[in-house]
Amino acid sequence: MKQLMLGNAAAARGLYEAGVAVVSSYPGTPSTEITEELAKYDEVYSEWAPNEKVAMEVAFGASLAGKRSFCGMKHVGLNVAADPLFTVSYTGVNGGMVIAVADDAGMHSSQNEQDSRHYARSAKLPMLEPADSAEALAFAKQAYEISETFDCPVLLKMCTRIAHSQSVVETGERVEPQAKPYEKNIAKYVMTPANAIRRHPHVDERMEKLAAFAETSALNRVEEGTDHATGIITSSTSYQYVKEVCGDRFPILKLGMVWPLPEQKIRDFAASVTTLTVVEELDGFIETYVRELGIPCGGKAFFPQLGEFSQNLVAEKIGLPVHKGTALDETIPPRPPAMCAGCPHRGMFYTLSRNKCTVLGDIGCYTLGAAAPLNAIEMTLCMGASVSSIHGYNKALGTQSEHKTVAVIGDSTFMHSGMTGLANIAYNQSNSTVIILDNSITGMTGHQQNPTTGYNIKGDPAGKIDLEALCHAMGFRRVRVVDPYDLDACDQAVREELAADEPSVIISRRPCALLKYVKHKAPLRVDPDKCVGCKSCMRIGCPALSFKDGKARVDATLCVGCGVCSQLCKAGAFESTAKEG
Amino acid sequence: METKNIMIVGVGGQGSLLASKLLGHLLLEQGYDVKVSEVHGMSQRGGSVVTYVRYGDKVASPVIDKGEADYIVSFELLEAARWMEYLKPGGQIVTSTQQIDPMPVITGAATYPENLVEKMRTAGAKVDALDCLALAEQAGSVKAVNIVLMGRLSHYFDLPEEAWQKSLEAMVPAKFLELNRKAFALGKNA
Repeated sequence: MKQLMLGNAAAARGLYEAGVAVVSSYPGTPSTEITEELAKYDEVYSEWAPNEKVAMEVAFGASLAGKRSFCGMKHVGLNVAADPLFTVSYTGVNGGMVIAVADDAGMHSSQNEQDSRHYARSAKLPMLEPADSAEALAFAKQAYEISETFDCPVLLKMCTRIAHSQSVVETGERVEPQAKPYEKNIAKYVMTPANAIRRHPHVDERMEKLAAFAETSALNRVEEGTDHATGIITSSTSYQYVKEVCGDRFPILKLGMVWPLPEQKIRDFAASVTTLTVVEELDGFIETYVRELGIPCGGKAFFPQLGEFSQNLVAEKIGLPVHKGTALDETIPPRPPAMCAGCPHRGMFYTLSRNKCTVLGDIGCYTLGAAAPLNAIEMTLCMGASVSSIHGYNKALGTQSEHKTVAVIGDSTFMHSGMTGLANIAYNQSNSTVIILDNSITGMTGHQQNPTTGYNIKGDPAGKIDLEALCHAMGFRRVRVVDPYDLDACDQAVREELAADEPSVIISRRPCALLKYVKHKAPLRVDPDKCVGCKSCMRIGCPALSFKDGKARVDATLCVGCGVCSQLCKAGAFESTAKEG
Repeated sequence: METKNIMIVGVGGQGSLLASKLLGHLLLEQGYDVKVSEVHGMSQRGGSVVTYVRYGDKVASPVIDKGEADYIVSFELLEAARWMEYLKPGGQIVTSTQQIDPMPVITGAATYPENLVEKMRTAGAKVDALDCLALAEQAGSVKAVNIVLMGRLSHYFDLPEEAWQKSLEAMVPAKFLELNRKAFALGKNA
């Protein structure tokens, strides 16, 4: 049956149909839904791992045991998992192993815009890149064949527009793959120098075989055109933009396998056209290869290396007509994302801002604490960096910084890679204050469970790591829990822990206001007779508050009655809309 | 058939996902090739969000570019104005008149422009503006704004009412179906 399917759901369907048995991932936009969809199939074991390195090693373990396995992550997640990646390339696999990596050109929800294709080249692994949902499904299935044929994991590269676009797919049935019993093989799987040095030639030989496969595989196809003045080499979403503006005019070499690249196919294609252009988002990855072959081509000389492409951009760059609209001649204020009404992070960030703390931040919804009007966060780098870098910052500045600097990190990010930084503080002893913003969920990526929530990926009860006990076990004596809706308690906790002459952990605990089980209070309203228009409440940057005609106003459709604003109102102008009695 | 383009714009959390699901189902049922492109992640947190719905014989690009939208369906007035440049000459804007202050307006760094409907009309856009929030409340839930808008959009489509109702049935949980049918009718007949 034909149906519309999100690229990520289609990839999940392909993995399912190919008989994937074990799935372990860490959520990250735009990769998350692949694993969420896989978790809906009862035949598949799926889990959220604490981080991508763990996930990849779990997937490797399942492959070693002879099952088809999968791990999925966003581009920066592959940095975390790079360690196993480079050596799984040496050991190879037993059961097929597929690794999905989703890039985020345009940085819709990421801290950088790195191009994951370089990993395929440097780790010497094949990488497939679908251009729509139907290909996502088909390529995910084929990836297992390639993995088992060539004895290596296969990278399945997604990007925001493929991952988060729905297009038409036709689904098939699941086929259980043949069992591949585990066999002890020390020379293959124990990567000591003596063994690894013997595996390395296998890697190079494999890449030669894969390059030969790339020449004949239907993954890479030439689409004939009527005008041979220009030939275009492209892949992924760029292919769709090229098709949109060129139709069947120019010949296209459409690559579904972006590493290794088909040398002869590229040479033949180049010879069939007058000029050659490579259309690819982010880095000139394919272009660099083409140039290495000594083939002149256009590409990054006129296409940008940053941001997403679109049909207008492609049309402009290859000299075709561009669509134009009429913009309103008016200053339209931007609408940046903001912490939600009732977000538990708000109270803590207000406290940190008020106490003029230097805040080293981390990756999650709470990164929005850097936005106006709170402007509370001064550094965000990568998962876990808040906890590690506050140690370095305090070692560098000592008492100058120790009593006014904090690290903030979410519960899921803390489990991902904050724990190791905390171990460093405990071990190498800096007087650092770490605040774990525990909203009991992985928030930004859309509510995934994690090791501190007590539930697994299917929402069933699971192991639950006790953050207080964990911090105590590391040697922290000062560990305290506060409710971020209580501004006085937050203020007291922050002041006392910063004043202390030993490291401390504050756990700012309240579940995300968007969680279904969280019961909200009735919205507040402002009594206009009491409101003096001082704008104290406006300092917290709540989207439910606005200021009209000299008075604060509450949007009842957004307010969840958290009461943080009312704690700032000296005039007592906020009142509940709940019916009394 | 040449590819047609519908943009759904609004503020993160307003329910554009259901609207695009409904359109996707409807247009696929009509035998079109369809692509729907969404935004997930950080921008959903109260930011400006856009969903692209494209249909025709064969759709290539998943996104809609400036000057290409046949319809812009907007949950919020400022967002209609923001994305107006994406409208094709002669295209139609269907917008709720709801106004939600963005953070720069809340903090006082910017002001919410006035008379946006008139200004968009003066700039040459066809604008159908209605108070969808009030109509949704009338139907039984403020959350039904998306279906009020779909009802209004159905005005401009040469498709039988049954086709829309069938997709509504398929995409809306049974217990909310009556509410949403009412919301659809209120939008359509407004």
